[in-house]
Amino acid sequence: MQPAVKRIIFYVLLFAVWQGAVYAFEVSPSLLPAPTDVFVSLYEGFSNKTLLYDLLASFQRLFTGLAIALVLGLLLGVLLAKSKTADETLGSLILALQSVPSIVWLPLAIMWFGLNEMAVIFIVVLGATIVMTINVRTGIINVPPLFIKAAKTMNYRGFRLFRKVTIPASIPYAVTGIRLAWAFAWRALMAGELLSTGPGLGYSLRFASDFGDMSRVIAIMLMIMLIGIIVDLLFFQRVEKKVLKKWGLATE
Amino acid sequence: MFLSINNVNKSFTNKGNTELVLSDIQLDVKEGEFVSILGPSGCGKSTLLSIVAGLATATEGSIELSGKTIKGPGKERGMVFQQAALFPWLTVEENVMFPLLPDMSKKEAQQKALYYLQKVQLSSYTKHSPHEISGGMQQRVAIARALAMDPALLLMDEPFGALDEQTRSRLHEIVEDIFLETKKTILFVTHSIAEALKLSDRIVVMGTQPGTILDIIELDFPRPRSQSKEDLIVYEEKIQSLLKSEIDKVTEKEQNHAASR
Ligand SMILES: Nc1ncnc2c1ncn2[C@@H]1O[C@H](COP(=O)(O)OP(=O)(O)OP(=O)(O)O)[C@@H](O)[C@H]1O
Ligand SMILES: [Mg+2]
Repeated sequence: MQPAVKRIIFYVLLFAVWQGAVYAFEVSPSLLPAPTDVFVSLYEGFSNKTLLYDLLASFQRLFTGLAIALVLGLLLGVLLAKSKTADETLGSLILALQSVPSIVWLPLAIMWFGLNEMAVIFIVVLGATIVMTINVRTGIINVPPLFIKAAKTMNYRGFRLFRKVTIPASIPYAVTGIRLAWAFAWRALMAGELLSTGPGLGYSLRFASDFGDMSRVIAIMLMIMLIGIIVDLLFFQRVEKKVLKKWGLATE
Repeated sequence: MFLSINNVNKSFTNKGNTELVLSDIQLDVKEGEFVSILGPSGCGKSTLLSIVAGLATATEGSIELSGKTIKGPGKERGMVFQQAALFPWLTVEENVMFPLLPDMSKKEAQQKALYYLQKVQLSSYTKHSPHEISGGMQQRVAIARALAMDPALLLMDEPFGALDEQTRSRLHEIVEDIFLETKKTILFVTHSIAEALKLSDRIVVMGTQPGTILDIIELDFPRPRSQSKEDLIVYEEKIQSLLKSEIDKVTEKEQNHAASR
């Protein structure tokens, strides 16, 4: 059987069991609404455009944060790869920070920036910058020495060598860095919105929860999941595959 | 002299131990000469070539090219490595244009690249990616790329080591044609005696631990060498016996080392 067919059957069954269980045990909608209620809520959200506005607001913040993080991560990654001292000092701090979920910075961020967008963007930037930095650093360090040697015999050196060889040679790692940065940013954004302020998907989720509207809560959760999947599967994994193939790094 | 390698020594320091890799290498190469360097693995052939390329520095001694001391890499020396070292993010054509672009317009570079790709019989693969062509083709692109700079000296470090026999002999013909046509001076590292006999005007036979020049063999035979097969056998045997004593030396050292543990 095709994996796609298996998957469709699985999800149909999952929803059927869910629906059946909710009816059979007469589960209160404030505990677990039936999938049909969730879909109705999802439909309403789209037809009255509230979900769309939330999505737009979240995306705006996401892209601002992600753009800042990618630039910062690129610069920091280059710095760590090129300066041994920076790597031994700042590098150790960045590795240490990696083990801290960026959302734990929110209380501090709210103190610094106030209960507003800035605080949320700060969380997003923090999470995404760290993974981007680490990947860019690894990419530059792993440029095959043979490429550098070959370019040197063709009279490339200094910044031109860096721009024409080191940077393109580390693109596969940078792409992975961008993909991970996006994933971190998306999670951090949702957590940040949930715990601070909106508008945005995370904020609306908490708002719905405060009013006990669990179908809406689950509808928003589905949206968050779908966007995560769509961006990762349809965009990043494809780009990554193409790049790896072209760079001769594909495993098969 | 066109290329003079003057009393070059090279040592590497590893974990406090200093190991002499090249000892007193003295070699003069005339313009337009094809010189092969032959020796057992680890005798320092690549190291010597890197020093000539300017990628590494000699611990002692100096290298002069047309009277000028070599201090770093330069466009008058092109290098082909054992791996093609093509840039995967560029097409075949762009790879050959790579050494040209800083100094000329894109159009000029493109024309030149095509010219050299024709020389290695790859003009119909200009738009391919390196991963889309075979290893032998990649190596030909690497040769075209080195030639495109129009270097006076072409350095080749076991360029065909990773290729199968048929591809190898095809590439020998291409290299010989290029050598005869462009009159480039070629310094060619190999561990194949047959390859060296087929292509060289002179063969530098190296010994190991430390790397020294054991003998330099002149081959005054017309090209293609296939005509002089019988005469070359004498040389083949001579080189073989030279190398055999070297390999025996390494084996003995290894056994002594193992016994002393
Ligand atoms: N960067 C380095 N640091 C330390 N030792 C090195 C370095 N490069 C080479 N060597 C040592 O120098 C010796 C000669 O190496 P080299 O690569 O020049 O040998 P080679 O003759 O080219 O061998 P092969 O035929 O296997 O390519 C080896 O013993 C090697 O371990
Ligand atoms: Mg070698």
